[in-house]
Amino acid sequence: MTLPTNLKHISTAKELEQLISEEENVMVCCGRMGPMCVPVYGVMEELESSGEYDNVAFRDMAFDSPESDYIRKLPECQNFRGLPFTVYFKNGTVAKATSSVQNKDQVTSIIGEVF
Amino acid sequence: MKEYDVIVIGGGPAGLTAGIYLARARKRVLIADQGTVGGQVILTHAVANYPGLPELSGYQLASTMKKQAESFGCEILSNATITGVTLEGAQKRLVTSDETYQARAAIIAVGGEPRKLGLESEARLRGRGISYCATCDGDFFTDEDIVVVGGGNSALEEAVSLTEYARKITVVHQFDHFQGYAHAIAAARENSKISFMMESTIEDFEGEESLTAVRVKSKVDGTVTTVPATGAFIFIGYVPSTQPYAGMVKTNQAGEIISDESMATNVPGIFAAGDARQKRFRQITTAVSDGTIAALSALEYIGA
Repeated sequence: MTLPTNLKHISTAKELEQLISEEENVMVCCGRMGPMCVPVYGVMEELESSGEYDNVAFRDMAFDSPESDYIRKLPECQNFRGLPFTVYFKNGTVAKATSSVQNKDQVTSIIGEVF
Repeated sequence: MKEYDVIVIGGGPAGLTAGIYLARARKRVLIADQGTVGGQVILTHAVANYPGLPELSGYQLASTMKKQAESFGCEILSNATITGVTLEGAQKRLVTSDETYQARAAIIAVGGEPRKLGLESEARLRGRGISYCATCDGDFFTDEDIVVVGGGNSALEEAVSLTEYARKITVVHQFDHFQGYAHAIAAARENSKISFMMESTIEDFEGEESLTAVRVKSKVDGTVTTVPATGAFIFIGYVPSTQPYAGMVKTNQAGEIISDESMATNVPGIFAAGDARQKRFRQITTAVSDGTIAALSALEYIGA
């Protein structure tokens, strides 16, 4: 199960584990195609295509896939009650996680802070 | 300062269509959008009534329109921070946090956005109890008590859909009657999980890490009632995103830009298209039509 965005998708927990073990900076947006999620995918697509964030791997993941349990069960996401769950991994560990919509300024601010 | 023939503000179907027509006429076009390019159509799960295309997601349709506009040479600026505009005079200007753009004509196609209550606690608890999408977030509130704010079709229909998850739902509405269709009102009234607080407004949302209660104020006697709730879903309609242009171009009481049949506004060289303008029907096809007409009118205006 994957989302119909223009981002690269993560479809299994194994893929996600492999990615965060291989890449220094990973941003994963786990959501649906709703009004709070789509703007975040849009920001990620723009940042990815800008070429200014080549040090970051941008991915999405379908929240409704059972494989997204990896994200859902992260301690950092336990208080979250709004999609998407956006998680920033630095060297394999969670550096930051946000719930619900974020705009470009908020996303770039977090990237600047944690990556 | 960067020079263009026409600046299109807003990258939904209206703005992208305008851009396609202008770029095809070999004009230098900038499409600037403060959010994700595509407008509200990107949130549509399936578009089945766009002529000539089989059913596809709104996201796919908007992505195709964007690629089409870029293929003809449109420059597209998404997630732009627009800090100022000048609509009067021979040169129209758009100022962002990074650059100033200038053109002889401009098309305002900024669309609309969900209305918010505007409370500090609303922003602080978004994603931690406050939501604007029942489909997205309803299942986080299984067997819990929630509040739905609003009294139109969206609020009533979403309240009913949320009963699949929630234990109890309180609908808070500012008037003594609903604005929804009779069938939506009946469905909500007949649902035993839903109760109503009419002629009431939201005073505040309580909670630090997550929502714990909603303070509801009666418009009749001013009393404030604290309703325990872990979720609050807000459906209080859409507003045109025209606030930055208030006073610069003629709008109606709802903030919709008034334009004529050629999409011309009261300001020479400024055209309007899509959901931001005063009109009766709001569809992807009508937005595309508006964008086409606005582009052709803008071409005529600049003497192309």
